[in-house]
Amino acid sequence: MASPSNNPPLLEVKNLRVEFPTRRGTLLAVDDVSFDIAPGEVLGVVGESGAGKSLTGNAIIGLLEPPGRIAGGEIRLEGRRIDNLPYEEMRKVRGARIGAIFQDPLTSLNPLYSIGRQLIETIQTHLPLSAAEARTRALDLLKEVGIPGAETRIDHYPHQFSGGMRQRVVIALALCAGPRLIVADEPTTALDVSIQAQIIALLKRLCREHGTAVMLVTHDMGVIAETADRVAVMYAGRIAEVGPVRDVVKHAKHPYTKGLMGSIPSLGVRTERLTQIDGAMPRLTEIPKGCAFNPRCTERGARCLVERPDLMAAGTSRAACWLHDRGGVGAPILKETVDA
Amino acid sequence: MPDGSTGQFVRISGLKRYFDVSAPWLVRMIESRPRQIVQAVDGIDIEIAKGETFSLVGESGCGKSTVARLVVGLYPPTAGTIEFDGNDMAGRHSRADMAALRRRMQMIFQDPYASLNPRWRVFDIIAEPIRAFGLSTDKADLQKRVEDLLRQVKLTPADGRKFPHEFSGGQRQRVSIARALASQPEFLVCDEPTSALDVSVQAQILNLMVDLQRRFGLTYLFISHNLAVVYHISTRVGVMYLGRLVEVAPTETLFTRPKHPYTRMLLDTIPDLDMTGRQRAPVGGEVPSPINPPSGCTFHPRCPFANDRCKAERPMPIAIEGGTVACHAIEEGRLPVEERTYVANS
Repeated sequence: MASPSNNPPLLEVKNLRVEFPTRRGTLLAVDDVSFDIAPGEVLGVVGESGAGKSLTGNAIIGLLEPPGRIAGGEIRLEGRRIDNLPYEEMRKVRGARIGAIFQDPLTSLNPLYSIGRQLIETIQTHLPLSAAEARTRALDLLKEVGIPGAETRIDHYPHQFSGGMRQRVVIALALCAGPRLIVADEPTTALDVSIQAQIIALLKRLCREHGTAVMLVTHDMGVIAETADRVAVMYAGRIAEVGPVRDVVKHAKHPYTKGLMGSIPSLGVRTERLTQIDGAMPRLTEIPKGCAFNPRCTERGARCLVERPDLMAAGTSRAACWLHDRGGVGAPILKETVDA
Repeated sequence: MPDGSTGQFVRISGLKRYFDVSAPWLVRMIESRPRQIVQAVDGIDIEIAKGETFSLVGESGCGKSTVARLVVGLYPPTAGTIEFDGNDMAGRHSRADMAALRRRMQMIFQDPYASLNPRWRVFDIIAEPIRAFGLSTDKADLQKRVEDLLRQVKLTPADGRKFPHEFSGGQRQRVSIARALASQPEFLVCDEPTSALDVSVQAQILNLMVDLQRRFGLTYLFISHNLAVVYHISTRVGVMYLGRLVEVAPTETLFTRPKHPYTRMLLDTIPDLDMTGRQRAPVGGEVPSPINPPSGCTFHPRCPFANDRCKAERPMPIAIEGGTVACHAIEEGRLPVEERTYVANS
């Protein structure tokens, strides 16, 4: 949408809706989410637990867990629609065109096979290589992700690696077929800070060298600030704000983003109290009318209670907030009258 | 009980805790394998003054949670002493004396999902310490106390009738805090109380902890791996590496003039949210196994300033700028102490 037509985006997500049918009605977990990722770009997706960020990632790689399902919208990779592909077709896209990295490196690896065997199997599934060629490629990948002594380590089993090394193996697996897009879901959350820095540096270098685009899903704003080019902030299944990472971090436009940035303890100013957003994110069954953030918002007006804002231009970013509409938020409301 | 002469509220000296993780005896005999001992905590000294927040930071496996558990008595120490308000916790005490001491210290755990009994109502969870220590015999008084506690942690008295699963993570952590406060303690040991929570909820809980500290004059031992949180909440900070304290310093000093190479490395890895353009230097290597820790200074395999002495001789803590640091390079003046700007100039 925002990108010029002569440079088509690598990934295009339009009006994506993910829903969960339950006995008590259908829950809309991802509600009308649209964004795109340019080739070589790192898009950060940030939000608190339950905001729908992982579901968006899973919908893209076609791994939504039933009964969750895509209820509307479309996902296009290199212009080709991938959200309605049959399972076997999608399997070929996943791995070959899209790589995936998950939070827990131990559960993404098979404990019974050596990492070499897992790498070679993945390579041979997607590329027409002989066993010997595949092994050479596996070795190259292991060296590229910085595993010392790759020649001996290739025959080791996942339990013989530390957490950081395992995550490197998982990254190597994701890179096997030279994908155009990597969906990384909380890739550093399970790791220690010093290892986290190593993994982030590695991801950044690989993207630069291969021109791979990354969708980086995380709750850690620090990781996003260091890695991403653009960031999308999600709240209650929708995108609250999207823009260049520097602008979102430094000059947040949406009140939720402002609150979120303020609540992160920073090494900058040592304040007595952190900024806090009162209350909690609503459950999917209790999403309020109008703007989903309105009960916790300090800047809301009468319009926020009835009308749902869509993403609109706000400086260099786009924010889903009436503050940035010509009409404004409407008449101010007193807190007491609403809480009652 | 003799009163402590230093006036320190909590004094930990020479504390050690080893865990035996050997294979079973028969397997050891058949395969002639040696015993394996994890030196989780290997001789640390900490003094905490009344009303301050002392934080322990370090990576996973450095022994910081073990220290927390040793302090509240969940593990007996292998060696060393823990003195609480002048009383040696390992000394001979009558049951009643011990209970009176125990009442004054409480613990908050990391996982608010696992630390609350799912079959108990929140009212009973919070009332349990009051009942156990016999602080209230009267039903109406108990009711009133629990309701007050719920209000103090910003929940409502009506929440007492609910079960833990009806709450979100942040609310559950509030219940844990209310339970910890129920016995009117003076000293709270908090083991990663916010690391399972989202940042906006973490801010709420940290603010609550600061408010409660001011209100009741609490002393905190705060365990965390998150340096930004530690910077925000602590009076003094201790940095742990492989079961040893490598540096202790007042918070401002630690973050502006870090001394130990490991502290500097840890500070370098904090994500730069202020976009100061500071280069985050990823350090090589990982924390070695505490079963066979490196000789001498345990940090020497990852340390850019290590020499032969570091490989052979364990550095002892030396006093410097209101804190202590255990490093040969600092002691010999090989490594200059310099101003560092992790703190953005705003």
